[in-house]
Amino acid sequence: MNSPVSAPKSNRVVLMFVAMLAVGSVAPFLVYPTLLMKLLCFALFACAFNLLLGYAGLLSFGHAAFLGGSAYITGYLCRDLGLTPELGVLAGGVFSGLMGALFGWVAIRRAGIYFAMITLGLAQLVFFLAMQMKFTGGEDGMQGIPRGMLFGVVDLSDNIAMYFFVFAVFMAGFWLVYRTIHSPFGQILKAIRDNEARATSLGYDVAKFKLLAFVISASLAGVAGSTKALVFQLASLADVHWHTSGQVVLMTLMGGLGTVLGPVVGAITLIGLENMLADKVGSWVTVIMGGLFVVCVLVFRRGLVGELNAVLQRNGLNR
Amino acid sequence: MEIFGVPSPAFFGQLLLGLINGSFYAVLSLGLAVIFGLLNIINFAHGAQYMLGAFAALLGLNWLGINYWLALVLSPLVVGAVAVLIERTMLRHLYKLDHLYGLLLTFGLALIAEGVFKNFFGVSGEAYEAPELLQGGVHLGFMFLPLYRGWVVVAALSVCALVWYVVERTSLGATLRAATQRPDLVQALGINVPVLVTATYATGAALAAFAGVLAAPIQQVNPVMGSNLIIVVFAVVVIGGMGSILGSIVTGLGLGIVEGLTKVFYPEASAVVIFLIMVLVLLVKPAGLFGKQA
Repeated sequence: MNSPVSAPKSNRVVLMFVAMLAVGSVAPFLVYPTLLMKLLCFALFACAFNLLLGYAGLLSFGHAAFLGGSAYITGYLCRDLGLTPELGVLAGGVFSGLMGALFGWVAIRRAGIYFAMITLGLAQLVFFLAMQMKFTGGEDGMQGIPRGMLFGVVDLSDNIAMYFFVFAVFMAGFWLVYRTIHSPFGQILKAIRDNEARATSLGYDVAKFKLLAFVISASLAGVAGSTKALVFQLASLADVHWHTSGQVVLMTLMGGLGTVLGPVVGAITLIGLENMLADKVGSWVTVIMGGLFVVCVLVFRRGLVGELNAVLQRNGLNR
Repeated sequence: MEIFGVPSPAFFGQLLLGLINGSFYAVLSLGLAVIFGLLNIINFAHGAQYMLGAFAALLGLNWLGINYWLALVLSPLVVGAVAVLIERTMLRHLYKLDHLYGLLLTFGLALIAEGVFKNFFGVSGEAYEAPELLQGGVHLGFMFLPLYRGWVVVAALSVCALVWYVVERTSLGATLRAATQRPDLVQALGINVPVLVTATYATGAALAAFAGVLAAPIQQVNPVMGSNLIIVVFAVVVIGGMGSILGSIVTGLGLGIVEGLTKVFYPEASAVVIFLIMVLVLLVKPAGLFGKQA
């Protein structure tokens, strides 16, 4: 079997990573770092989500549970038990992975539309737990999470230091998703997405692959949530709300389903838009989000990156 | 008198509340099931249509002086008309695509509806008074029954029975069921399937609006009343499976009662009990209680 990545393409991939590193390193000196950190957290969240929907064809409408759940866990570990931030984030990822295994184990019994409804229900379960449990702070959220000292050495209360930590986490997550997609495992996921019956008949244990994809996705979404909790020093019910689950669907759809860079572009666009519009249109943001959903589904299903790829391909620039 | 250590008025009061919620679950999951059967779309806007029904009643009263009984007829018609528009201009283009796009589109529509109403009416909501005829209540000996609550259960169940009758026992229903299975063949027999599809979507939306009007005097009419409910109804649909009309009704009612009883015996779990049952059912019978494995 040939490697799925041909030689000229791999050059382009190196170029992509180098460009991302360059842009990411310069960005905090040009743009407000807190906004950038928010962008990166949501970009990682969307990448994790895209791994599931774009490559395994599973629409989870409950990914907020992983983002928000891990935010609480990391908050608790770092604030009340005094863990260092890198361990807090790691623990958040592990926690989400376990939760993902449990969710996946239940939800994978049904496909398609039911899968979406089940994940939504499970996430709502987590939402109510977060609302009722003592340690989450209920309606007030969990406040005053310390950013702490990275490895016990680097003080993350400095915004630039925090930014580079977040950027490193994002790049590691992005690279992991990239590697997963382009591995034989990723090829099998795509096969399942395109024709599940055929993948089964080829001897693949489809349920196992779906579950593993779900766990990886959940765990990365958790890492994004943990990081976000450290950045904003807050974990709140908004992070576990179904609204957030919908938001990540929109980001991925808008950027381009099943494209490597789509979710990143989608997250930057949507969060950037929200940030720009927040003080101008106030609470109309929800309406605009809904409108974008409708437009994306009706006329823009390939998303920004998908459309760009299509244009490049038409002009013979790609491949 | 006490039942399992709970004073009987409290016990039956919660049971009635459960029955009322169950009636709403039944009407809403019924609408979802009918729409899904023919359109293969999960209508995420169902909650929004329920909310719109309640608001249509409220605004009709405040602005035009339309009374409750008239609203019970007009609201579903208005919401149904909006649904026709949505189906004709948007949903229609998605039937050939993956089902998920229908879910996402209706999710977007739900966000728009919720957002618009939030902007104009805030989230706290407004009260809608029950009609004079149904104010007050009767003592049944073991509990006090507010008339309006009794009416809600009767009205909701009658509508469920009517839908069941139309779908299962009339020739229109037979056509509908045939079109659910083989739309191409039904079309070849000279029946206008696209119109049938539009009508089905409008009926489902109208059912949701009807439930919304029924709910208006019981709870505050507010923009988020639908989205909180629809997620529970999704769980109800997963538990029951969307295979049968009767199944939807029974599951909806049953889960409402279970939820009500949970409020009596272990109130902390009442918000999550339906989701827990969903998990249990998925582990034991993944296709749902009344569903066929797809």
